Amino acid sequence: MKHLLLGVLLFLPLAVQARDMPQYTLTIHNHRYQPTQLKVPAHTKFKLVVVNKDATPEEFESSDFNREKIVMPNAQITIYVGPLDAGHYKFFGDFHQNTAKGTLIVE
Amino acid sequence: MWGIALLVFREVLEAALIVTIVAAATRGVTRRGLFIASGIGLGVVGASVVAGLAGVIAGAVGGMGQEVFNASVLLAAVLMIGWHVIWMSTHARELSRHMQDVGSAVKAGSSSLAMLLAVVALAVLREGSEVVLFLYGMMAGGATGLVPGIAIGIAGGSAVGFALYFGLLRIPVRHFFSTTNWMLVLLASGLAANASRYLVQADLLPTLGGQLWNTSGILSDRSVVGQTLHILVGYDARPSGMMLLFYLTTLVLMVAGMKMVGRTPRKPKPDSSVGHVATPAAT
Repeated sequence: MKHLLLGVLLFLPLAVQARDMPQYTLTIHNHRYQPTQLKVPAHTKFKLVVVNKDATPEEFESSDFNREKIVMPNAQITIYVGPLDAGHYKFFGDFHQNTAKGTLIVE
Repeated sequence: MWGIALLVFREVLEAALIVTIVAAATRGVTRRGLFIASGIGLGVVGASVVAGLAGVIAGAVGGMGQEVFNASVLLAAVLMIGWHVIWMSTHARELSRHMQDVGSAVKAGSSSLAMLLAVVALAVLREGSEVVLFLYGMMAGGATGLVPGIAIGIAGGSAVGFALYFGLLRIPVRHFFSTTNWMLVLLASGLAANASRYLVQADLLPTLGGQLWNTSGILSDRSVVGQTLHILVGYDARPSGMMLLFYLTTLVLMVAGMKMVGRTPRKPKPDSSVGHVATPAAT
């Protein structure tokens, strides 16, 4: 199994890297996302940058599109999302769930 | 306070379920309690170290350090569980027989036990580091009710673990280890799927189909039941093709490994490991 996984890890990146992807940015400020609604194209993988302008860590998370990543204070992260079918997908900040809420509008 | 309790509960729940399965799988093994407690202790220390290094980890591997770190931890746990499960398939019958036989000694493979200790430590480390970062943020933000929140969260998560453990103890002894072995296989398959999710998130692996299906209307990942099944059997309401591939590959390889090793007849070896003699489970 080790060999198989190693093989997959070594060779697949070559096949999927190095191509242009649309990029979008979300900003966290006062434990809120800006914008709270983000329009992205359907059936397309895209790059999402999340910038944290707060002095505390946040975890960018979505169970709707299955992503989670910690964003350290005054730092930013990049994740890859999709391809997604058209629809509305919620995301939130795991550490401030009451305020940090937003929606991806995939169309 | 309740917000803090809820987040701590969710993270503790995930770790507690893994610890519970390991505890059940090592039933009857001497010094098991010590091994598991050490695993939890190491995990808590590791969680604090990982949280302290979170900035460094995040910046590593071209900004994909978190994904690579999480996937590595998960895949390491998968390999260790695989080792134990395949080792157990040669010993399960022997262990079950001895457990029914009060007063007899059960020999446990120390390497396998050490592997499971590491699985406990890694589970606690991964979930714990998130809790530490969260609590750090809460403290910095001047939140109140930190201590009761943490206490309630840990108590709640552990309670679910204990409930599962005592539920498992009701399984008849002769089916006990085959049950815990299957639970370990499903746990490992789910962890492997989770690892692939991180690698897809970092674009190190292709998605192979964004969402194969969507059962979030029936059982959401965010519900306590959904989250419990997520750990126990790798439930995911909207899995990608890569997650399914990792899940099935792990499942097939472990089952094949168990069958292959389980079929080979083994001669009983003379007992050389005096330090690993077990007493019957205190149940």
